[in-house]
Amino acid sequence: MSDNAIVEVKEVGKTYDGAVEALASVNLALPQGRISTFLGPSGCGKTTLLKIIAGLIPPSRGEIWVKGKKVNGPGPERAFVFQDFALLPWANVLRNVAFGLELRGLAVEKRHEIARRHIAEVGLESFAASYPHQLSGGMRQRVGLARALAVDADIILMDEPFSSVDEQTRRKFQEELLDLLEHKQKTVLFVTHSIEEAAYLSDQIVLLSPRPGTVTNIIHPNIDRKGRSPDEIRRDKNYLDAVDEIWQILKHYV
Amino acid sequence: MERNSWIANPLFWKLTSLALFFGLWEFAGRWPISYAFPPFSKTFFALLRMIADGSLPKAYLSTLQPLVIGIVLCSIAGIGFGIAMGLSRAVEWFSLPIFIILQAAPMAAIIPLLTYMYGIGLTAKVLAVVVLAAPVIVMNSYKGIRNTNPSLIQMCRAFLGTRKQVVIKIILPHAGALIFAGLRLGLAMGFIGIVIAELLITPTGIGDLITYHSSVADYPEMFAAIASIIVFAAVTIQALERLERKLFPPEIRGADGV
Repeated sequence: MSDNAIVEVKEVGKTYDGAVEALASVNLALPQGRISTFLGPSGCGKTTLLKIIAGLIPPSRGEIWVKGKKVNGPGPERAFVFQDFALLPWANVLRNVAFGLELRGLAVEKRHEIARRHIAEVGLESFAASYPHQLSGGMRQRVGLARALAVDADIILMDEPFSSVDEQTRRKFQEELLDLLEHKQKTVLFVTHSIEEAAYLSDQIVLLSPRPGTVTNIIHPNIDRKGRSPDEIRRDKNYLDAVDEIWQILKHYV
Repeated sequence: MERNSWIANPLFWKLTSLALFFGLWEFAGRWPISYAFPPFSKTFFALLRMIADGSLPKAYLSTLQPLVIGIVLCSIAGIGFGIAMGLSRAVEWFSLPIFIILQAAPMAAIIPLLTYMYGIGLTAKVLAVVVLAAPVIVMNSYKGIRNTNPSLIQMCRAFLGTRKQVVIKIILPHAGALIFAGLRLGLAMGFIGIVIAELLITPTGIGDLITYHSSVADYPEMFAAIASIIVFAAVTIQALERLERKLFPPEIRGADGV
């Protein structure tokens, strides 16, 4: 394992109800400060793997090590962004974003101050008092992202965060996510089934095979994103090569 | 507002419906269908007379006492028990079958048994309210807890919420709307329970008014007493329903999984 790995997955397997094998011994190292993606067809166990790393699902076999410590549950160094947003419908944006801090017992003024900063970061200043049902899908996911950023975790785990928003919003969101992360030393783990999304966002793409999920390939697109516009990135040769390479592998599973 | 604003106004239709109903009642009473069926006008004046001479308010005071005690008991014990069933598998397995049976059973059949066991006093009447109201209050609280969006629970755990925080900050607020609806339905059952008890156990309150006026053939008074309890129950339940919509508007309920 490389020494800058912040998350290490060792021989992790998951069998549901003693019968359905979702994951078969996965070994992985996820580099610090980078964006890694789990990519694979439906049912390859990518969300299961992410939730095992998050500590939300116990693995049937193997171990997860985060920052050199074995983990047995959720921890303060990891924050999760949910596919279905998982916002409290009875709480406004401010309280939702501050919710992680509320659970940690931070005083209300302090946590609202922090939450407001992150609400501004995701561009929702004027919606702090709105309720989730008043927001579009894309805006709800910004709230979910702000909530994850607010607890200041080193690792952000994102479970298909853009799968329930439309394509335009999705692209805009991807671009903003890159901007947002450029200045933060965050490690991001991203689950998606979109090849373009994986290639556009990631430094490292982990390809998983269908059930039982195993790592088949690890691809490093090597795209130079510094100071380049999203359109330039989308025309970059390395980006296009990565998309093509992934498709050549994945098409065997479809 | 639309062009024909009085047609679009729901109040207009509600009043028309009421006027039509009372008109038909008046007509049927004057026909007459039966000597024991008084027209609306006579019933209405009988109602005014009973309010004026204090017999109706007095009857309500005595009817409401076991009803309120019964509902308060159910709210505390029933909601508590429903929540316990929702949170603990052991309590659930132990008691769910009982409440499923109780909810389906015609509980009014138990009332003679209550008289046999607890006599004809306040206790028997409170219990009559409890046996009718408790199953729906318990079951609604239980379902409210059980229907919590699992994704919200997972979110709370992911952000380091303890089990206690999951219950207080996610499960209970999520179940609030269903628990409140259970109370409303429980109160509706409680009204049935108290009227049956007052008719079957010993005539007191409204039950007494109905029985007495029927025995001396004061049919307008008897109908006035019956109509008043129906209207009273309907208005109370309706008011609770409004309060429920105000406290738990559908869009902020947990149920739609936002």
